[in-house]
Amino acid sequence: MWGRKPRCVIRTKMASCSFEDVLAKAERDEAEKLKGITVSKELDLEFDPGNLLAFDKNRIDTREFKDCKREDFLRSLARDNTQLLINEMWKLPTERVEEVIVAKLPDPTTLLPREKPAPKPKPPTKWEQFAKLKGIQKKKKTNLVWDEVHKEWRRRWGYKRAKDDTKEWLIEVPENADPNEDQFNKRNKAKKERVARNEYNRLKNIARAQKIKVPGMGLAPTPRQSKAELAQAVNVAKISTASVGKFQDNLPKEKTPKNTGRKRKFQPLIGDFSSEKQKQLDLLKVMDSKKPRLDVTKAVNKQMREEDMESRHKNKKDFGKKGRRGKMSGKGKGKAGGKGKGPKGKGRKPQMKQGKR
Amino acid sequence: LQALHRILKAKTRRSKRFLQSRQPKLTEDQKSSMIIRGGNTSQTVSQALKDVYALKKPNAVLYKRKNMVRPFDDSTALEFFSKKSDCSLFLFGSHNKKRPNNLIFGRMFDFHVLDMFELGIERFVSLRDVKTDTCPEGTKPLLVFAGELFETDREHQRLRSLLTDFFCGPRVSAVRLAGLEHVLHFTALEGKIYMRSYKVLLKKSGCRTPRIQLQDMGPSFDFVMRRNHMASDDLYKTAHRQPRGVKPKKKKNISHDAFGTRLGRLHMQKQDLDKLQTRKMKGLRKRRGEQTAETAAAAAKAPRTDE
Repeated sequence: MWGRKPRCVIRTKMASCSFEDVLAKAERDEAEKLKGITVSKELDLEFDPGNLLAFDKNRIDTREFKDCKREDFLRSLARDNTQLLINEMWKLPTERVEEVIVAKLPDPTTLLPREKPAPKPKPPTKWEQFAKLKGIQKKKKTNLVWDEVHKEWRRRWGYKRAKDDTKEWLIEVPENADPNEDQFNKRNKAKKERVARNEYNRLKNIARAQKIKVPGMGLAPTPRQSKAELAQAVNVAKISTASVGKFQDNLPKEKTPKNTGRKRKFQPLIGDFSSEKQKQLDLLKVMDSKKPRLDVTKAVNKQMREEDMESRHKNKKDFGKKGRRGKMSGKGKGKAGGKGKGPKGKGRKPQMKQGKR
Repeated sequence: LQALHRILKAKTRRSKRFLQSRQPKLTEDQKSSMIIRGGNTSQTVSQALKDVYALKKPNAVLYKRKNMVRPFDDSTALEFFSKKSDCSLFLFGSHNKKRPNNLIFGRMFDFHVLDMFELGIERFVSLRDVKTDTCPEGTKPLLVFAGELFETDREHQRLRSLLTDFFCGPRVSAVRLAGLEHVLHFTALEGKIYMRSYKVLLKKSGCRTPRIQLQDMGPSFDFVMRRNHMASDDLYKTAHRQPRGVKPKKKKNISHDAFGTRLGRLHMQKQDLDKLQTRKMKGLRKRRGEQTAETAAAAAKAPRTDE
């Protein structure tokens, strides 16, 4: 019973303490909690949470950086900076992924250079251009096709395909074909030709994408060639030597074609002159501009050639010197000595030390 | 080289996948680095190279044999290696009387040398000498750069970018908060760079954010800056050019006012007020031949609204 009384007394004493005291106490508690993680710095650090990067611009006091205390100084500096970075990381939005708390990182702000240049979009192939023009859409085909002969699902092409042409043991000879012709051989040859044409078209697409010039259509192998195509083929073959056909003799009645070389195209004399005007103005603009138009490949090639020439000259000189020095051993020394003394003693060409004139 | 890859078709699917992984992409994967030994290496340099390889595993290749290469004179050998192993970062270690304990950090763009920095090791403490637990392989380290030189001096700025590139791990969208264990701290002072590596211990503090304690771990270097080769400004700019698909498209018509509310503009067509869709009142519906009723209804409506 008398135990209760002190409690009542304490309670009244508590009531007499004001709210301000309670609030002050709570604030002090909070400050103490935050003391563990606050770090005071002159300048704020720059953060890049996307890269887990922090940059401290503050001046480092060289006095504290002596030999004996260096490691401790560095460790305390690192601890402060890491604490600030961790504070920054804990401010990021978090989510729970399979019982693990994960913070979502924003995009990195420090720009780092790429490894390789950005990929250039490939120009469309001949078929793709045609399909776009006609509005043909790609239809997705099933992987497996029902094979009636084997009564099972087989792949559309490849090993053990559904309708295998090559596995046929019987081919009907068509009505208009030669009875002695080998149909199996004919089929094989047709396939080889298709493969070769496919490869040729693929390479042509690549050449068009890279803007490399390839010989024209007339020189592609066709069964029947016209007179003009044959003549073109002969001319191209003639200039396909190392000296571009300069030393190829003509056949007895052959005439050298005079109209080879690039055709010059001229604008018409009458009609719309706006394009001509535009060309002249562009020319003036190019001449007027401060920045010179630089063809990078040409400049680089020129530079490389110059460097090669220089190094070649240097090597020649060095080699010459070394050679002479290398050969001058024993017997050479005596002779060289003699040779050296000779001209020195006798009248040589007067040296450039002529003094003032 | 890429053109050649296209002309020579890959014969197997595996080789095709291999070639495609080496093609340039819109968003690139983590850069791998090659760690090369020079003509003559001292014990310090070899151990240093092994330690950096341990830090950078598995995206690093350690070349076991010695290579007689002089990167500052002729970088074609390094470019050839980078093409073969598809690595864009390199670390070349050598030792001679003139430049003892030399490490060259470098990076490539399009298999040509972009930047190279030669750093001499003055003091080195290896992983083996510090006998504490290490963090697992492949943890993304926290990077801290300290020192005003990293801000003011142009060479130090480039070096900072190079070191960030070298030591930052893969690009991730989210990170496990408890897994931030490794911190690499670089301090620049009077032409010297001090690199320290610590293990982060997260201790309880009163609030949600933990208190940090650091434990010495891993290799620590005292570098001195020697020669460097920095890329020209336009090459540097070209290397930073991002392709179009990568930049996020800016959403138009979104603005924020002082209170933080999101505002946008709606563009309306001109409205014909006679044909506005309002609440239907059956009593107001037009009946055949009862125009007076309409006017009466209109009159009746007016006082109603006044109420």
